[in-house]
Amino acid sequence: MSDTGLTLLILAAAVMAYLTRIGGHLILVRFTPLHPRVEAALEAVPIAVLGALIAPAILLGGPAELIASLVAGAVALRASTVWVIVCGIVVLVVLRGLTTG
Amino acid sequence: MDTGALPHETVRGDALAGGLASLTILPAIAPFGMLYGALAINAGFEPWQAWLASATIYAGASQYLMLEMLGQSLSPPAILLAMLAINFRHVLYSAALGRHLGQFSRVQKALAFGLMVDPVFAAGEQRARRTGTLGTRWYFGYALAVYAVWMLFNVLGTTFGALVPDPASWGLDYVLPLYFLGLLMGFRASAGFAPVLGAAVLGSIGMHLTLGAPWHILGGSLAGLAVAVWRAPSRPASGS
Repeated sequence: MSDTGLTLLILAAAVMAYLTRIGGHLILVRFTPLHPRVEAALEAVPIAVLGALIAPAILLGGPAELIASLVAGAVALRASTVWVIVCGIVVLVVLRGLTTG
Repeated sequence: MDTGALPHETVRGDALAGGLASLTILPAIAPFGMLYGALAINAGFEPWQAWLASATIYAGASQYLMLEMLGQSLSPPAILLAMLAINFRHVLYSAALGRHLGQFSRVQKALAFGLMVDPVFAAGEQRARRTGTLGTRWYFGYALAVYAVWMLFNVLGTTFGALVPDPASWGLDYVLPLYFLGLLMGFRASAGFAPVLGAAVLGSIGMHLTLGAPWHILGGSLAGLAVAVWRAPSRPASGS
């Protein structure tokens, strides 16, 4: 791809990304007041989307990934996100070292 | 939060409080941003093109996908469609977060949505649920800190890219799922957490095994939302 072509692709992706970010709100304000079922769906957005995002990486990634995720999930009950990541990565690296070494 | 504080003290402290709140997730964003810079250079981007992508697209997962698809020489429309599939979750974020932006002016809203990446959305939602309000200063303090760190580490990645080790050997390839897992667990006290999550996971895995990535995001999200709608109390058919 040419340099100009790549720059145009980047800008097109940027416009698209912005439209997705403002679009949901612009559509929704036309439907206020919200029906309780819509309200319930919006309340569930973080759980549904984040769950859908990570499910394959955790469940289909392999035993090391699954165990590291379970440990990280347990850590999340007590500590902040930094510790979730640190503990998960440490477990993952150790397990990967054991299985390949 | 000190509810006895004078209004101007609360407001002044809020931008700092927002920035400080972001500290817990900045360590996750830094390697992610640095790796993107390095991989973009490897993929043939000029440094300024990598910066342009990060500054304007500002959606890391879709930017990684773009690099991967460029490497496979796929056509621009196909690349944009796949990026849209990944970024469609922003439409849902936007609809949900928009309910909490009552204090924001039009311009502030336009900027707030531009800065709304996964952690900013998750933190904004949590802030609004816990304190009952989402202030402009807190939001922008948080969101701008995330943006600044993302850009800084992008520049470091494009400059010192060769110093970044093989991501898999350090587990860096798994930072993102763990990071989203941490964000997700922050909502475990919400009503319907288990059934919504269960449906989202089933839908996501089902789509991943059939249509494949990135359609699992859309499929899983809609399955989770469907369960939330189904569980919701329906109002008697009076009024609208």
